[in-house]
Amino acid sequence: MLDVDRIRKDFPLLSIEYGGKKIAYLDNAATSQKPVQVIDKISDYYRTYNANIHRGIYKISEKATEAYIESKEKAAKLINTDSYSEIVYTKNATDAINLAAIGWGTNNIKKGDHILITEMEHHSNIVPWQMLAKKREAVLDYVNVDRSTYTLDEESLEKGLEKNPKIFAFTHVSNVLGTINDAKKLTRKAHEAGTVVLLDGAQSVPHMGVDIKDIGADIFAFSSHKMLGPAGIGVLYAKRDILESMDPLITGGDMILSVEKQSSTWNDIPWKFEAGTSNVEGGIGFGAAIDYLNAVGMDNIKTHETGITKYALESLAGIEKVKTYGPAIESAAKGGIVSFSIQGVHPHDIATIFDSQGIAIRAGHHCAMPLIKSVLELPAAARMSFYLYSTMEEVDRAVQAIKSVKETFHIR
Amino acid sequence: MGLDIYAEEMISHYEHPHNKRKMENPSIEFHENNPLCGDDITVYCLIEGDVVKEMAFVGDGCAISIGTASMLTDFAKGKTLDEIEKMGFGTIKDLIGIDPGPARVKCATLALKTLKRCAFLYQHKEIDQATKEL
Repeated sequence: MLDVDRIRKDFPLLSIEYGGKKIAYLDNAATSQKPVQVIDKISDYYRTYNANIHRGIYKISEKATEAYIESKEKAAKLINTDSYSEIVYTKNATDAINLAAIGWGTNNIKKGDHILITEMEHHSNIVPWQMLAKKREAVLDYVNVDRSTYTLDEESLEKGLEKNPKIFAFTHVSNVLGTINDAKKLTRKAHEAGTVVLLDGAQSVPHMGVDIKDIGADIFAFSSHKMLGPAGIGVLYAKRDILESMDPLITGGDMILSVEKQSSTWNDIPWKFEAGTSNVEGGIGFGAAIDYLNAVGMDNIKTHETGITKYALESLAGIEKVKTYGPAIESAAKGGIVSFSIQGVHPHDIATIFDSQGIAIRAGHHCAMPLIKSVLELPAAARMSFYLYSTMEEVDRAVQAIKSVKETFHIR
Repeated sequence: MGLDIYAEEMISHYEHPHNKRKMENPSIEFHENNPLCGDDITVYCLIEGDVVKEMAFVGDGCAISIGTASMLTDFAKGKTLDEIEKMGFGTIKDLIGIDPGPARVKCATLALKTLKRCAFLYQHKEIDQATKEL
């Protein structure tokens, strides 16, 4: 059990009032709030050892370098990889997937090759593959989402893998449906077809224990800002041989061992992918966020979110004209995300009325247009997404807000 | 922002929009959308001389985009094309009685933006490429 009251005290924003109302922050799939431990860590860096890393032969630079590398070690340990040399820092998960699609894809995708993704991907795991497919004249295939269970359609997956795609890129947890894909099973199936696997962990790593070695995925991406850390820092993990075979996208300082007039030698991984001065404060803050999550315990966070999600789904199930989208909570394949619609009301109107009551939710296509349009057949959807500090009281406030929406729009 | 934008008048226009129909022989028509939220509108105008005799629309969208479009069809009637070309965000604020705020400004201005495109196209025989947002 989480001591949510104590946890909430660590997050300054959660006790702030706007227009006389305390914020109920239910947009954690977009970004998370930050605890004082992270804020203070970044502030401490600026105040006491701000320096460039890998260069200075003086104490504060050494201290900054050490703290930055230490954060990579924490990230490596969090997802259970062998070494921090497989942890490349990027801007965010989107940046990480782009680096993989271009850095790996350009060398490995040829004309007529197949690339497999799914209908439940975030745009960040669609558009880079569209670009790659166009550039290399490859074929982009989709695994369908089952319209009744909101899980990946097994038959469609088999069909996709029969074409022996060069890569299968899929999300661990859907940012709209909350569907938790069985990443280990899907990776095994892909590997049997000789297919490389890229797993998008943007919505999984913040909310549950993830053992990438056990899952077996070859490439993995996630983002600091969705897991209590600062924005501007994300992770590309890939197996050593993949990273070593990949070309860097951005070149310049710090990513080289030596530079001659006509040619250069790349630095070792992961540094060859991190040209220029790094986001040092981002890395250090991210390390503090991982410490915080570890102290609470990823399994405890998962259990807490499952409880809140179950409560939210049960609360919404009793309200007429409200529909939710995603697997049933009993299926155990459901993360802390509840997308919903109210018949006759556009989601933007829902979000505006929620906002008037101090409740932050997301409304729109959630950067997953193919899913919203083709699978859910909606122009947009409203979404609540939870985290370790979410409470049943916040869900109750959301239920009250749904009632206000229905009253405003004369819906019975 | 409070609930004021959803005053009874706005909801009433959303639920029972005025002039929401396809016009059979319009002097001019124009289609616009907000791809990010799915708001979609086609505006039709019947123009005599330089006066808008009638404005109608069809489309889908949120209460703010549909409600504002409905109000605008009443407001635009009898206005000259020059008057319409001079209309802007202030016109919408006066019409709905509130600043919709940055998150909803595109919803609130979609109908007027489309009406202004109609007026420009009718007068200048070309699409107004210069005006992006009101």
